[in-house]
Amino acid sequence: MDNIAGHKSSLTWAVHISVVLLVALWLFPTVGLFVSSFRTADQIASSGWWNAMFPTEQSLTLRTADPDAQVQQGGIYVIEGNLFAVEGREPAPVSTFGISSRDVSAFQPGDTAELRGGGAITIQANGDYRLESAEEITGSRGTRVFVSAEIPPEFTLRNYDTVLGQDVVQRLLMFVGAGLVLWGVARFVLSAQPPVVALGLPVVAGLALVVALAVGFGLSSGAAEGAQTTDDMGRAFLSTLTVTIPATIIPIVVAAFAAYALAWMDFPGRALLIAFVVGLLVVPLQLALIPLLKLHLSFGIGKGYLGVWLAHTGFGLPLAVYLLRNYMVGLPRDIIENARVDGATEFQIFTKIILPLSFPALASFAIFQFLWTWNDLLVAKVFLIDASGQTTVMTNQIVELLGTRGGNWEILATAAFVSIAVPLVVFFAMQRYLVRGLLAGSVK
Amino acid sequence: MHPALQGLLTIVIGVGACLSYFWASNQFLDRVLFPAKGPNAGRNINRANMIRPWLFLFPALFALSLYLAYPVFETIRLSLTDRVTQPDGTTVYHFVGLGNYIQMSGDPKFWEALWNNMLWLIVVPAMSTAFGLLAAQLTDRISWGNLAKSLIFMPMAISFVGAAVIWKLIYDARPPDAAQIGVLNAIYVSLTGNDPQQWLTVPFWNNFLLMVVLVWIQTGFAMVILSAALRGIPEETIEAAIVDGANPFQIFFKIKVPQIMPTIMVVWTTITLVVLKIFDIVFAMTNGQWGTQVLANYMFNQLFVTRDWGVGSASAMVIMLLVTPILVWNVRQARKEMR
Repeated sequence: MDNIAGHKSSLTWAVHISVVLLVALWLFPTVGLFVSSFRTADQIASSGWWNAMFPTEQSLTLRTADPDAQVQQGGIYVIEGNLFAVEGREPAPVSTFGISSRDVSAFQPGDTAELRGGGAITIQANGDYRLESAEEITGSRGTRVFVSAEIPPEFTLRNYDTVLGQDVVQRLLMFVGAGLVLWGVARFVLSAQPPVVALGLPVVAGLALVVALAVGFGLSSGAAEGAQTTDDMGRAFLSTLTVTIPATIIPIVVAAFAAYALAWMDFPGRALLIAFVVGLLVVPLQLALIPLLKLHLSFGIGKGYLGVWLAHTGFGLPLAVYLLRNYMVGLPRDIIENARVDGATEFQIFTKIILPLSFPALASFAIFQFLWTWNDLLVAKVFLIDASGQTTVMTNQIVELLGTRGGNWEILATAAFVSIAVPLVVFFAMQRYLVRGLLAGSVK
Repeated sequence: MHPALQGLLTIVIGVGACLSYFWASNQFLDRVLFPAKGPNAGRNINRANMIRPWLFLFPALFALSLYLAYPVFETIRLSLTDRVTQPDGTTVYHFVGLGNYIQMSGDPKFWEALWNNMLWLIVVPAMSTAFGLLAAQLTDRISWGNLAKSLIFMPMAISFVGAAVIWKLIYDARPPDAAQIGVLNAIYVSLTGNDPQQWLTVPFWNNFLLMVVLVWIQTGFAMVILSAALRGIPEETIEAAIVDGANPFQIFFKIKVPQIMPTIMVVWTTITLVVLKIFDIVFAMTNGQWGTQVLANYMFNQLFVTRDWGVGSASAMVIMLLVTPILVWNVRQARKEMR
């Protein structure tokens, strides 16, 4: 056995290293998006995101001060100042500079460059410049110079301002922080109360405070400078939420009753109905698009929220019934028989015993349905989004951005991350239930 | 009214209507139709209990039939007809027999989509299951395995569209003299010194670049399920193998894998179903250009771009046909369990 034990320890190292590699490989793409959403367009274009932690060599186009600023010094006209002060940029060490876009690194810091329009400019490594001219300097704007500078790593929330509206992230963080504080205090104060109050009330209070603050102070202080209306993810975020929540809750209610009947009531044809549900589990929803669209149009529902809620409910039901029935069948028979003997009606048994006991299964289906409806593109495109452009969801908004802003990675990455953030939070908070649901649905 | 408010109202009305339907119909059954008192109390209770399951089932059955069962038959019908708009603006459906299928089989894009779908069907389930099995086996043996699992599982929460953006950044190409910001080109340029490639336009191989996205998402799913199956293997079989001098690789391939074969099949078929319906990734990344068409995207194009409902329905039927074996197998498995 000795050699086996020895073998094992060297193998353990190999296992650790391979898992680290595997995890790194799987995380790498998402981290790239996350990091990119905090970089400026210049930074994204000039270096890969994996270099974000290091200073980058960037080419900047800057201007000297306006000719108004010129002063006369001993017969010549002079403008002096710092290039980085002009547009309020962070100072950075200049490595080369040029005066023509064809050769942007013609000169070293400290050199003097002859300008084509007459005069000469000297630029120092710290960005200080001195523009001299024998004639009076004319024109409405300052002289353009091209500078290569080492820009230190810098992260910005500007992209989020563009995509969501000015200051949204900061305010949201503040409001959620306040909500969390209230939640903590309420948990502490109410800790002696029964569990429903002690756990439930703090959550409700915290959420109510966040909503109240958001409504009271407003989430955004207006559109950010330079944002295009098509970049707006805030509205798409709200409509995704509007699609998702009813589409998650309604199928649960409908399916729970059906699952109870299929699990604990005896009637002819039960086995056949279960087979029916299992069969519908795999029917591709592509088949349903045209017939249902026809149906919705003929009923006058048309394209809109009602249609997309109904469609998501219908498509989510097979999995809901299947998961919940499988779970309910496993509940102990004694409890239900005893309740029946004690004179409880089926309705009471269902609401007072089965529903509370089935919480884990309800939670796992709720997560599935939430992720599926939040991430869906096809159903929304067919049943919700019409030609008017009034309704949209985030996935559709991103696809459109891929068309209109294909090269603007700062906008794309931020928009995508906004849409990914909520599912990720749900995923990490409720992973236990998700795994349980997967196992109940697949391993038989 | 603001849509968010409308949504809230719908939840309240929808859930309220559901609950009151269940409550009221039960009350009606027990109090009015078959009251459990009077001369026929016993008979009434039995009758009420015969009807009650159908009260519980009705909303779900109705929605299932209308939203999933009826469309199957309606799609079959539509795939055999042509939609014609008459001069007076009304639409009629002409029966054309197999005309739509014949028209579709003459379309090279359809064959491209079918061929690509077959490639997806082979590559994605195989790769996802293999990586999932590897990750499950490795993470089960280490102390921080659960953290590793949850990080590998994470892409599952990301939408196909989000994943498309993430991977487009990886495949991004910049002009040869600029810094490469896509990882793939950055590595490619620094290793070979060639000019950067527009990876998504490279015929044939771009299909695999799209598949990578789905493998990345589905591996976590495979890993979670296979890891549970691996833990369910009886210890004695492994101990016996160790005593007999099997090395770790033999234990894995000859003892563990055969015992979890049924679960591997389940994972494989589940991922197969996802692959057959794959739409968002292709739609967002290439929209079927450069030889990357797949069936679901072909169908979407027929329905909403070409507006040919006949051929669109016919291609939907092709997807249904490919799903049918799995449907039959699933139903038979479920019936076997019921007995």
